[in-house]
Amino acid sequence: MAIERLFIANRGEIAVRVVKAAKVLGIHTIQAHSEADTEMLAVKLADEAICIGPAPSKDSYLNIPAILEAAKTTRADAIHPGYGFLSESPAFARAVEEAGLIFVGPSADTIERMGDKVAARQAAEAAGVPVVPGSDGRIDVTEALSVAEKIGYPVMIKAAAGGGGRGIRIAKDEAELKTLAPQAKAEAEAAFGDGGLYIERAILSPRHIEVQILGDGENAVHCYERECSLQRRRQKVWEEAGAMCLDDATRESLCASAVALAKAVNYRGAGTLEYLYDEAANEFYFIEMNTRIQVEHPVTEMVTGVDLVAEMIKVCGGAKLSMTQDEIQKTGHAIEVRLCAEDPYMNFMPWPGVVSTLKEPTGEGVRFDHFLSEGYQIPPFYDSLLGKVIVHADTRDAAIDKLVNALEEMEIGGTKTTAALHLALASDAEVRAGAFHTQWLEPWLEDGNLSATKGDAA
Amino acid sequence: MSDIQSPLPGTFYHKPSPEEPPFKAPGDAVAIGDQIGLIEVMKTFIAVNAEVAGTFKGYSVEDATPVTAGAVLAELD
Repeated sequence: MAIERLFIANRGEIAVRVVKAAKVLGIHTIQAHSEADTEMLAVKLADEAICIGPAPSKDSYLNIPAILEAAKTTRADAIHPGYGFLSESPAFARAVEEAGLIFVGPSADTIERMGDKVAARQAAEAAGVPVVPGSDGRIDVTEALSVAEKIGYPVMIKAAAGGGGRGIRIAKDEAELKTLAPQAKAEAEAAFGDGGLYIERAILSPRHIEVQILGDGENAVHCYERECSLQRRRQKVWEEAGAMCLDDATRESLCASAVALAKAVNYRGAGTLEYLYDEAANEFYFIEMNTRIQVEHPVTEMVTGVDLVAEMIKVCGGAKLSMTQDEIQKTGHAIEVRLCAEDPYMNFMPWPGVVSTLKEPTGEGVRFDHFLSEGYQIPPFYDSLLGKVIVHADTRDAAIDKLVNALEEMEIGGTKTTAALHLALASDAEVRAGAFHTQWLEPWLEDGNLSATKGDAA
Repeated sequence: MSDIQSPLPGTFYHKPSPEEPPFKAPGDAVAIGDQIGLIEVMKTFIAVNAEVAGTFKGYSVEDATPVTAGAVLAELD
């Protein structure tokens, strides 16, 4: 059954992205919004809009009964969850399925399985995908010590039910593990109601590489890899497609491993397999799967020409994949930077102002995904992502140059943004050389590299 | 008497956490720099501190209420 009336249960820039993709497919769009989001761009662009509750996320974008009621009222036949909020909630996907609607994503069972670190790891191993040496299943504090002895220190302790970097600790030796494991257990119990732990060898200073996959429930393809090593507080700030550090043979086996896992779990929709890459050893290890569209999906779209959001809507409506692996070709290099309503010179303090002026970056190979308009009060109730500037060029060098031009052309008045951070990064010699890893950006900021460029970038 | 205003738009909280008592109660002495509440803005919590000294009269908005920048949060005598 092809989707005809799509309900978008999200906000911000991804809601705009989904509305636009659905419209191109000729699908009627219904945008959900909280009381604080009546003025947002996706509400204006959608065919219709409906309020799902008060400003706090728990009363609106996380309120499953309210969303289902609104979807029923507006006669939607499918729900797109975007990213964040309920996009990876098996309970939500199941409730949507049970209400007789299509969830634009994989089945609730797949979300549940891949959302559990231990089950995801087992699925990966079964599909022949390399994983970081670690515990075979969820373990308690005593077992952690014997497993760590076997796999070797340093080890990383994680909550088995966790996500988004919460509950993660690194122990350099047995003494540290004895102190940290009980803390991790207590925190996991408090945060997730599940004190199960999981430990693995800590790969220090790895690069973060991920593979975009698409599946229709039977077949699966990859759309190559992205590198997202520039992170602050485990949040990605700058993403690229492809990963310059990989040789062709490694890239091929990495992408093939992602397809093998996607096929093994009968994946439907768009998904991402995240890996740590140990550059010195030229080894990659699967860490987790994200069963949703991701913030950084545009860089993949730029280098492959595939519309990932449209494709996920089509396959979830029952269509087969519209392309074969051979038809997915990669050209040039793309970079995305995340613009957040934060003051990079004030320790990234959130700063949600009223947009007084908006001048979008333009030009061939430049894309600006956002939800801003002049006069718009950025709501303070949600995360600070305002949009993304994406550039595509023949080479990585040319892409960085194009990024600088785009950021200099862009003007967002009335609010703070992190544009200055990206300009400083773009002018850094190590960033230009691609010589970074996931532990690179925070020390760079602590060393004052951003404030040193303030005169030029502010 | 003076007002304490919100430095940012966000959600204003009287208490450090839901289980704890409010930062200040009516009649409490307030010194410059004393914390009187929290503003949650974009998933970050920012302290609201008194910029003048006085005696706490009361909160002007309910706990966990959305506020705009410049909104009066509390009054001092």
